[in-house]
Amino acid sequence: MSNEMSNNGVVVTEAAGTLPAGVKLPIYMDNHATTPMDPRVLEAMLPYFTGTFGNAASRNHSFGWEAEQGVDKAREQIATLINATAKEIIFTSGATESNNLAIKGIAEMYKERGNHIITQVTEHKAVLDTCKRLEKYGYRVTYLPVQADGLIDLEDLKRAMDDGTILVSIMIANNEIGVVQPVAEIGKLCHEKGVIFHTDAVQAVGKIPVDVQAMNIDVLSLTAHKIYGPKGVGALYVRRRNPRVQISAQIDGGGHERGMRSGTLNVPGIVGLGKACEIAGQEMAAETARLTELRDYMKAKFENALDYVHVNGNMQHHLPGNLNMSFVYVEGESLLMGINDIAVSSGSACTSATLEPSYVLKALGLGDDVAHSSIRFGLGRFNSKAEVDYVSDKLIDVVSKLRELSPLYEMVKEGIDLTKIEWAAH
Amino acid sequence: MAYSDKVVDHYENPRNVGTLDKGSSEVGTGLVGAPECGDVMRLQIRVNPETQVIEDAKFKTFGCGSAIASSSLATEWVKGKTVSEALTISNTEIVKELALPPVKIHCSVLAEDAIRAAIGDWKKKNNVAEGAEAPAAAVAAH
Ligand SMILES: Cc1ncc(COP(=O)(O)O)c(C=O)c1O
Repeated sequence: MSNEMSNNGVVVTEAAGTLPAGVKLPIYMDNHATTPMDPRVLEAMLPYFTGTFGNAASRNHSFGWEAEQGVDKAREQIATLINATAKEIIFTSGATESNNLAIKGIAEMYKERGNHIITQVTEHKAVLDTCKRLEKYGYRVTYLPVQADGLIDLEDLKRAMDDGTILVSIMIANNEIGVVQPVAEIGKLCHEKGVIFHTDAVQAVGKIPVDVQAMNIDVLSLTAHKIYGPKGVGALYVRRRNPRVQISAQIDGGGHERGMRSGTLNVPGIVGLGKACEIAGQEMAAETARLTELRDYMKAKFENALDYVHVNGNMQHHLPGNLNMSFVYVEGESLLMGINDIAVSSGSACTSATLEPSYVLKALGLGDDVAHSSIRFGLGRFNSKAEVDYVSDKLIDVVSKLRELSPLYEMVKEGIDLTKIEWAAH
Repeated sequence: MAYSDKVVDHYENPRNVGTLDKGSSEVGTGLVGAPECGDVMRLQIRVNPETQVIEDAKFKTFGCGSAIASSSLATEWVKGKTVSEALTISNTEIVKELALPPVKIHCSVLAEDAIRAAIGDWKKKNNVAEGAEAPAAAVAAH
């Protein structure tokens, strides 16, 4: 064990010699929030900042052509990864924009056909809040519940569809619990009913196989910064045949991206996104095997060392690098404070004024107390086994220490049923 | 989230962690907060029946670092005080001592509640009339 000193939240690490080989503090294990850039991506981008700086829309000189070539290549790289064609890729500023463009653009384009949209409660806010806005404009939105393991029930989806349904928006993989929805079945159902299927594939693309043909996906959002690419650049796949999907532009201007998204292209970012997709495709199989093994190893360590831990989300249909665990009877923020040389996320949002724990965990039916004690580990390309060992050992240590401090743990150990206590709400 | 040095110190070296015998007539137990809200404090005092001096205090807290620090500090402060002196401890003093940011003021309120609840419990057990400084109604209202 090392003794990092914490000083106003700043981590001061002790002499490197006492840390296990391969461990450098702080450790980043929050790869669902964002990922570090792969150096190979940076290398691909660099020329496009200086020498090859042209505007990809400049049609009459080599600066423009070269920039356009970079963009075209990226379009191919992205399309290849998801089994689409280059013409079906539209560049955006990231997945928040892609989700907005997809949902608002389809709602507007198909409003004659109907006004009903189906999504689910554990979507990212970029989908949920977009749907909420459309409700204000008179659209009907069904927010499907999820089961205790985080998966939607396909029967619920079938029942929710009606004659006015124009769009289903269900994510592939969840950013908190890593649960992978049955998108191929959802896509099939949508196509049988003639409903457009959009999916927020931010956490899935580049991590697990995504095939827009096999999965009957019509519109798909992705972003570069979750796959070791740069921040502020993303894409929207829009199907061009069987069926051809149309989208109303939400940003008007020079008519870039086939009129669907005006604005001078972020050429270096787009080149980076393309390269990130290419690398992800090449390394996916090996990376999946490595991360799944590390993730399961970490999970087993927690389960062997501690009682009252539980895994959130279905582990069969799951992202390789995700582990979301509740360390019950320990509060999440105090846990994070004890591991402040490790970057992970907590299901507790105790720092915000609301005191509301994660809506995703609550949607699984977890009590607020369990949700408050949850940690999301996001393993990524650059995490090592040594780091996993350091993080799990340290976490076990801190959880044990905090449980010594926890009145709830003591009461449960004494056989007291916490649900029978009349807690004073304050 | 930046924590003050004092919060970090209490978090890393919590004072007076533990459990006193709930059954003893000299012991008052205050259990405040709720698991759903993300913090539960249990503060216990052992009061000398002759002098009404709080001779020992223990706590256990489920909550964030500021909640742990607030309750740890509360046990330090009540020890050696008489019951009526302890009732004068206010959450604003805790906020000041630990330099708690506005979002963490509820932790100090909870610690003050815990002190009052523990003393209230002890008084009830010992049929001590409520002093002017802490009418029973005010304790229950928290
Ligand atoms: C599932 C999901 N959708 C959308 C987003 C938003 O992506 P971006 O940061 O590119 O706007 C994120 C990341 O925060 C995400 O995890």
